[in-house]
Parts: sequence; C-alpha cells; structure tokens
Amino acid sequence: MLNLKIMSPKMSQKIMKGVFWASGILTVLILLVIIGYILYKGLPVVNMSFIFSNPIDSGKSGGIFPMIISSLYVTFIAIIVATPLGVGAAVYLSEYAGETNLVKLIRFGAETLASIPSIVYGLFGLAFFVVYLGLGWCVLSGGLILAIMALPTILQVAEVSLEAVPSSYREGSLAIGATKWQTIYNVVLPAAVPGITTGVILGLARAISEAAAILFAVGAALSVPISIFDPARPLPLHLYILATEGISLDNAYGTAAVLVLLVLVITVVTNTLVERYSKKMMGR
Amino acid sequence: MDYRIEVEDLNVYFDEAQILKDINIKIHKNTVTSLIGPSGCGKSTFVRTLNRMNDLIDTFKMDGSVLLDGQDIYDPKLDVVELRKKVGMVFQKPNPFPKSIFDNVAYGLRVHGIEDKSVLTERVEESLKAAALWDEVKDKLDKSAMGLSGGQQQRLCIARTIAVNPEVILMDEPASALDPISTTKIEDLIHKLKNDYTIIIVTHNMQQATRVSKYTAFFLHGEIVESGLTDKIFIEPEDKRTEDYITGRFG
Repeated sequence: MLNLKIMSPKMSQKIMKGVFWASGILTVLILLVIIGYILYKGLPVVNMSFIFSNPIDSGKSGGIFPMIISSLYVTFIAIIVATPLGVGAAVYLSEYAGETNLVKLIRFGAETLASIPSIVYGLFGLAFFVVYLGLGWCVLSGGLILAIMALPTILQVAEVSLEAVPSSYREGSLAIGATKWQTIYNVVLPAAVPGITTGVILGLARAISEAAAILFAVGAALSVPISIFDPARPLPLHLYILATEGISLDNAYGTAAVLVLLVLVITVVTNTLVERYSKKMMGR
Repeated sequence: MDYRIEVEDLNVYFDEAQILKDINIKIHKNTVTSLIGPSGCGKSTFVRTLNRMNDLIDTFKMDGSVLLDGQDIYDPKLDVVELRKKVGMVFQKPNPFPKSIFDNVAYGLRVHGIEDKSVLTERVEESLKAAALWDEVKDKLDKSAMGLSGGQQQRLCIARTIAVNPEVILMDEPASALDPISTTKIEDLIHKLKNDYTIIIVTHNMQQATRVSKYTAFFLHGEIVESGLTDKIFIEPEDKRTEDYITGRFG
C-alpha cells in the first residue's frame, strides 16, 4: 500500500480520489467492452429473418425464432412460479415472523440456495423433475428449475423492500381499524412494488441467461414449443451448443447479441414502468 | 353518562420497566382534553393504550381498566378492529399512504366494507370538508397525497380518521412537525371538531393546550400529577410540580 505518511494530506487525498475514480470507470469499461464486443461480432448476423425464422441444419444457418420463444417461455414459467413463492416468503419473514430460529433457518436456506452452482441445479432438475416426477425433457422441467434458482433473489430483494416501507404507513392503517392482512395487502405491498419488481427482474435476468441449469432438463428441440410439455432450446443453451459443437461461431455471436438485447429491453421497459408507478404513487 | 372514557388504576409496563403508574382519569364527551408533560413522561404511551396500539409491541403488559362508553376495551372478547374504528388516531408526523387523496380518505371506509362508489364519493367530500381541506384539493382528488404540503397532509390524515365516523380522536402532537400557519389551521380544526368528537391531544406546546382544550392532564414520570379544567391548571395549579412545569422551571 502507499505510504501515506510521507505525503502531504492534500496529495494523498488527490491520489486516493483518483484510485476510486479509476475503479468506477474500469467497472463501466469492462461492461462496455463485453457488450460492445458481443454486439460488434453478433449484430452483423442479426436481421429480421434471423429473428423470425427457424434454424436450418442444426443452426448452421437459418434463424433462432424457436430459441427466443423457448427462452421467453421457460423464463415466464420460472417467474410466475417463483414470484408468488418468493414474495409470500418475504411477507412472512418481514411482517409476521419475529427473529425466531425458524426465520434464521429460512434466511440461511435462501442464502445457500443462491450460492449453489447452477450445474448442480441442472443435475437435480434431471433427477427430480425429468425422471422422478416423469415430466420429461420439457419447458415445464426447465421453468421449474429456473424458478428455484430465481427464488432466493426474489425473496431477498422483496424482504428488503418490505422492510423499507415506513412503519408509519402500517400504524396509520392499523389505527383506522384495518386488519394486519388488509394493511399488508392495501398499503405495504403496493408501497413495496417498485423494490419487489427490481427483485423479480434480477431473478428473471438470472433465469433467462442460464444454460447449465437447464442443460439436462429442457431437451434441445429445434422447433417452437407449444405446450409446456414440449421440449425446447432456450437461447443460452443454443449458444452453448453452437459454440461447443463447432456448428457456427457467427450464429453463436448473433444468438448472444439477441440474448443481451432481450435482457436489455426487458430491464429498460420494466424500469420505465416502475418509475412511472413510483412517480404516480409519490406525487412527483 | 357524561364520560366517554374512564381509566381506572392503569399500570403499563414494557418488559420490566413501568411506563405508567396508577393512572386514573375520566374524559368528558365531546370536549378537548390536553395531555401535557415533559418528553418521556408516558403521554404517548397513554394515548396508545386507548386504541390498543401498544398491542403491537411484544413486551407490552398492563393492568387496571379502560372503559369506553362503559365497556372494557381490554376485554378479550372485544374486537380490536371495531375499537379502532371508534377511537381514531392522528400521528405526530403526517403519515398519508402513497395513494391518491381520494383513496386515502376512502381507505377506512373500504377497509370496513363500503364499496359503493356514490357513498364513498359523498363520505370523502364530507370528511375533507370537515377537515377544512376540501377547497384546496377538490380538483386533484386523484393525485398522490404525497404531493401535498405537511400541513395539508396532516389535515388529510384527520379527514381519513373522521371518514369512518369515530367517537374519539387521539392526536399525538399533531402540529409539532408543522409550521405556525399550518398549526393554526389544525387548532381551528380542533375547535370545530370538538362539537362532534371527543378529542385527546398530546402536546408539548402549553399555549396550544390553553387555546384548544377545556381539560388538561399533567403527566410526570408516568403518573398524572394533576388533571382538571385547563383554566384552573394553568391559573391556579394545586401541585407545586405542575406550577414549576407550566412556568417553565423544567421540562
């Protein structure tokens, strides 16, 4: 470390400010380089027919329409399963339970769940959903694994957002004769919606970008999945297969670019909606 | 019966600490009663005992009795929701919900099962008029209550409370976070409301107590030192400690 003692305080102040500035800039730079590189390599392949047509010859040529649908489909299932579960658990932790051992156990469970490697989830999904429950390789199996993966993120962020709701709102509602549930449903949850949505988006981003966890569960179909029991091939999985089996590196980059843009669009649209909701709620 | 609330031998504890000691007081119907005393003397805890808001605190224990219209409000068979409908509360910091002005006032009505739009509209208008806020907000009822000024927010909270037609309104330093003009408006409002409601107001401001209330109780270290007509307490207090407090010798 710098020997700050031999320098004047003014000097060390300047240097440290520079170090922190550089750290911040470097973080953004890494992000920009990765996204820029993916878009630079991928965008030349991306056009209307790439997005809206079926792959030909395992993806060597043709488009990725079934993969986009697959991604949206499994992610949708993951979110509609994980959101009520995660928010429900968060309401229990923040509104009903005190600091009991059960609560500590639930929190520890959520943290551990978040740190399990995704390939282990994949193996579990194969054993439990595909084989034991007999769901087979399908959208539902993949969606359920992704739900479990998104669950801890949604739970943790939702719990923090609920706890951030001022207790004066709760008191105001209870003092007027509302029950605890009426208070949670009418006042606490609506006030926490922006934060909870952020959690759902983080969970969604994790689910939509996952390849390893669904590797053994969704199958690898090249056609558009219709039923939840149809096999599918979400974008990350397609990308993985294209790259590792040497089918087409150009199309792999194209797929990556579409995936990045998809996540970007979902995030930006949701953030705009959340901001509009907050503004209306807070009267700004 | 003259009295709306009768408190007998009330003791309140949080864990082992005794917050209120042997409280005895009778609150007259449709009058304003001020509770004065230095910080930490138990005034807030006392008003929160009257609508059972202390129930929210795990360590809360009490004995003695609190009667509302002759009925023990700590009777295990009593419905707390019904009690809080009858005994409304306005807090120190204005706490409107992050909802529209209309929805804030309609909140209590909806919670108690009133859904009919025309009834809601009528009651919201009545309540806002009663809280002297109607003229300022009638054109923006669908706007968020969070955009109102602090004084308007507090009057909105009063409108929200009177919308469910309570018998008693507890006010815990309702003007302490407001500017002098807003404070005057709240005091004028209290004058108007006392014809229809029994009001108990916690205040640190002794001029305020003399301006708004007919009765005053002086709290010190969890006990009521003296209570009675406001004029008497402020002009010829019986207890030396009351005199010391109102003349500013401590507190």
